[in-house]
Amino acid sequence: MKTVPFYKNIKVLGVLTQVVVSLLVLFGLYFLGRTAYEGMVSRGIPFTFSFLWQEAGFSISEGKTIALEGGRIVLRPFEPSDAYWQAFFTGVYNTLRVSIAGIVLTTLLGVMVGVGRLSSNWLVNRLSFAYVELVRNTPLLVQLFFWYFGAILKLPPIRQASEWFGMIVSQRGVFVPWPVPGPGFDRYLPFFLGGLLAFLLGAFWSRGRRGLWLLGLLLLAAGWLYAGDPFVLSVPEKRGFRVVGGAQLSPEFSAVLLALVVYTASYIAEIVRGAIQSLPKGQWEAAFSLGLNYGQTLRYVILPQALRIIVPPLGNQYLNLTKNSSLAIAVGYPDLFNVYGTIANQSGRSLEGILIVMGVYLSLSLTISALVNAYNRRVALRGARR
Amino acid sequence: MRALAWMKRNLFNGVWNTLLTLVTAYLLYAVGRAILVWAFTEARWQVIPANFRLFMVGPFPPEAIWRVWVALAIFLALVGFTAGVVVRRRYLGTAAAVAGVLYLLAFPVLLPSSRLGLLAAAFAGGLAWLLAGSIAPRLARRLLAPVWFLGTLAAIQVLSGVPSQRWGGLLLTVIATFFAVVLAFPLGLLLALGRTSKMPVISLLSTLYIELVRGVPLVTVLFLAWIMVPLFVPEDFRVPQLVRGIAGFVLFAAAYLAEYVRGGLQGVSRGQWEAAWALGLSGFQTVVFIILPQALRAVIPALIGQVIAIFKDTSLFVIIGIMDLLSMAQVVLSNPKFLGLEREVYLFVMFVYFLGAASLSFLSRRLEAAMGLGKR
Repeated sequence: MKTVPFYKNIKVLGVLTQVVVSLLVLFGLYFLGRTAYEGMVSRGIPFTFSFLWQEAGFSISEGKTIALEGGRIVLRPFEPSDAYWQAFFTGVYNTLRVSIAGIVLTTLLGVMVGVGRLSSNWLVNRLSFAYVELVRNTPLLVQLFFWYFGAILKLPPIRQASEWFGMIVSQRGVFVPWPVPGPGFDRYLPFFLGGLLAFLLGAFWSRGRRGLWLLGLLLLAAGWLYAGDPFVLSVPEKRGFRVVGGAQLSPEFSAVLLALVVYTASYIAEIVRGAIQSLPKGQWEAAFSLGLNYGQTLRYVILPQALRIIVPPLGNQYLNLTKNSSLAIAVGYPDLFNVYGTIANQSGRSLEGILIVMGVYLSLSLTISALVNAYNRRVALRGARR
Repeated sequence: MRALAWMKRNLFNGVWNTLLTLVTAYLLYAVGRAILVWAFTEARWQVIPANFRLFMVGPFPPEAIWRVWVALAIFLALVGFTAGVVVRRRYLGTAAAVAGVLYLLAFPVLLPSSRLGLLAAAFAGGLAWLLAGSIAPRLARRLLAPVWFLGTLAAIQVLSGVPSQRWGGLLLTVIATFFAVVLAFPLGLLLALGRTSKMPVISLLSTLYIELVRGVPLVTVLFLAWIMVPLFVPEDFRVPQLVRGIAGFVLFAAAYLAEYVRGGLQGVSRGQWEAAWALGLSGFQTVVFIILPQALRAVIPALIGQVIAIFKDTSLFVIIGIMDLLSMAQVVLSNPKFLGLEREVYLFVMFVYFLGAASLSFLSRRLEAAMGLGKR
């Protein structure tokens, strides 16, 4: 029997290719690292992360950092005398703040527009369509510039600012009513944490969910009655050129939030529309013939089924929103990337800094996709799991 | 009467819908009125014609502007030639009509020389289209790749008479998009093939690269390329900014393209591979002649979507200081003569991007229909 010569044996060839490719990649990485290192040394900037513990010496307009004060770890505003790593922390804090708020709001808007795209009402339908097309076909960065320079900075100053439902909308940002700890806060804290824990447990443990959520609700309500006014609503009020009370959303934060929400919602709308349209028409007809009205059909029949299709691409959009928040540098909102820019300028550590920044974004992405996957496993059909 | 019946059916069927219509109509009226009043009474649109050249070509020297026209003529000729080969006749009418309307819109703004230059470039495109139609279809198809290669080289050669630091505006945006797409595509193809490969090391390396790049924002990749590229060349050699910017885009876009191509590859059934091997084709032949054509055909809409994304994302150049269309807007706004005209300028920039992106997505939909995707 004639044997295949080794240089034509597909198994040998496969192993050989892999060895060659890995060697090439290893050599390439080594070469890249080596050249980069030498290039940096010859420019007099050795590669080191020790700068992280040096004093930053610049200030950051908003956000908080962690610090050790009197033996306790506290969350407080960033100060110029803090270290570079604390500046990075403030950046992460601000990125998370705008991303989480953005994810919540964009989901609401996106689902609304997506359902609007399918509405039998001609006006609503066309309006949603125009919104999606206009927003998706222009760059996010231009929209961000427009919102910041063209809309928010052109709002009236505080004195002439308009007030809606307790909110004050002005050039200096948006002021919203905000709950602040009241007299009973310390007494309420254990109840609050216990209730939260019960809700969290319920979210992950499917069998006892209803009981746990009931317990959580009970804890929150009973604690409220026992402690008496744990929170009071602080409503913003104009005092001359200033606003007192409430919470201030800075103009930069508002612009970034608005741009991210409006932009991502147009993508979410398309996902929602696609998912609803992919359901067979019979589902609608069956629900109608059972006597459910439009809203009930949507709520009990269509959306639960559409959710299974929606969740994975929706998670992708959440990732995109978080990554896109790095454009905040263009309007000066101190997110992670913006803070990095300042640090790189000040310390000259651009390469080390960008590696840290990329690492942080990567971990954020992995966290979000892990959360979305966990949720997806819950809504997915049993047996449809692969 | 028919209009009334239509309104009753589509706007006022039921209490809930009537309410919805009224609320929406009121909002639309309030917002639309404010916008129209602003656009026709307050807005100072003169800023656009006054800076039209800056928006289009940036600081490109006026005396060398013929180079842009020649490059545009070559580009349109390439597009015309491709259209003659690939697209069916009836869509050309639509394309010509859109181009004509845009030309008429821009006409009052353009200099007399620009009016001529545009016409000449369009003429070159039409000529190439006729040429493609008159030679044998098979030959025309064969010629497509070499013609694009030579044409691109020629266009760049012509433009290079002016150093790339002085390219700007829409011109630079289009050039950057073109090269980012053209260079990222082969890399993305390789990554996709690598990720679907049965060899564990190669698949792992490709997956690692793709997931790493997809997990971080574009700006950080751009910055990394920005910082790293100069480290790899001799210190006295300055890498043009544009090259550094495009390098970052290629690294980033390749990872996304790879994922779309992978989707297409996974849609090709195993039987295709086996049939090709049974016919005695080699691995390389199987991939190039059997698998890729089927895989790419399925994902053309997604790929064009990615081209649109790259086109929009080139606006991020403004962050690393390359003079693309958006940074020209910044330049105009920093001129004391045009202070406070942010709305007009950014709306115009949005309009330009919208035209580009919307026409590409129109093209994608037509292509999808022409190829009978989802029907075969």
